[in-house]
Amino acid sequence: MHELSLLENVRTILEAHARSQHFQTVENITLEIGALSCVELEALTFAFAAVMKGSLAECAELKFKRIEGQGRCFECGQLTPMIELYDVCKHCGHFRVEIVSGLEMKITELKVR
Amino acid sequence: MCGICGCSDMSFSGKFIPVNKANALLFTSYDSIQGDESADKSRLIQMEVDLLGKNNSYAEKNRHYFQEHGVFVLNLVSSPGAGKTTLLVETIKALKEVFPIVVIEGDQQTQHDADRIRATGVRALQINTGRACHLDAQGIGVAVAKLGIENNSFLAIENVGNLVCPSAFDLGEAHKVVVLSVTEGDDKPLKYADMFYAADLMIINKIDLLPYVDFDMDRCIAFARQVNPSIHIIELSATKGDHFSEWTNWLRESMQKMIKSHAL
Repeated sequence: MHELSLLENVRTILEAHARSQHFQTVENITLEIGALSCVELEALTFAFAAVMKGSLAECAELKFKRIEGQGRCFECGQLTPMIELYDVCKHCGHFRVEIVSGLEMKITELKVR
Repeated sequence: MCGICGCSDMSFSGKFIPVNKANALLFTSYDSIQGDESADKSRLIQMEVDLLGKNNSYAEKNRHYFQEHGVFVLNLVSSPGAGKTTLLVETIKALKEVFPIVVIEGDQQTQHDADRIRATGVRALQINTGRACHLDAQGIGVAVAKLGIENNSFLAIENVGNLVCPSAFDLGEAHKVVVLSVTEGDDKPLKYADMFYAADLMIINKIDLLPYVDFDMDRCIAFARQVNPSIHIIELSATKGDHFSEWTNWLRESMQKMIKSHAL
């Protein structure tokens, strides 16, 4: 459900940028979403049209750039891929892994006119 | 060009591979984006704006206020019915003479929880989030201003009963405290890993019911540590008082530390 709040933030950010950067329409939006972030892409896509209705991004296309989850093991110091927050280090099997990427939730690019 | 939002004339024309609703879930990468000389008036704007940026900036403001005024803040999260309000009521009874306590209650509807807190003689402010599933930092800032919290107090924020959304919203608290009761599944730390990852303390509540339920304590703790190796865990029963002093001692020590650092 918080996808709705996140999209409301997207709308606010777009409106602010439209004023400062002088555009009227957003044609597409690229969101960078980490694989370990608490965001459901289906829910974002589903709610997008409803939240953007009547806004400058009403007809915009939503695109995602996926950032893979990656952690650094406290035990062996190596980088290890992470699909879930609780994945163990693939090299040594240790639980203590610090997440270095995959939690991102950002707008990275707009196509506007 | 500004590294944060790209606010300069460094924009350029280009063409995206169209992504409609049906294929929006197919991830694209920047490698697939090619410049197009025949482009129309469309332009690209590069930016790096966090979707939670607004909430996070309000949370930082709150945190700064709490540090300046020596207010120790916990954000209590759990699924509905895990016993957050009962835990708070019993905590207030045990500690209200030791330091000032104030409560912010978050629920989608009703004043019921705030009424339960007020019955203990402590001030409580209810925030009804309506359709929203979590409290946000801006709302907490407004509530704190309304409450007028005195220095060196304990502020408990009882979040909306929900193990999903509140994990993403920093309120400016010192710690998130996740409450899990033994009448729930012992695998919840894995099922709702985001929340257990975000919390610093896990309270396993209703341990007086352990003989009657199929809850494996060791398994639950192992799962929680798998998600968050540094999570602190306290097992207790808020209604029966089992091990309750372990929690109140933790709270007293945390308050003392905070007051000391505030005095510096």
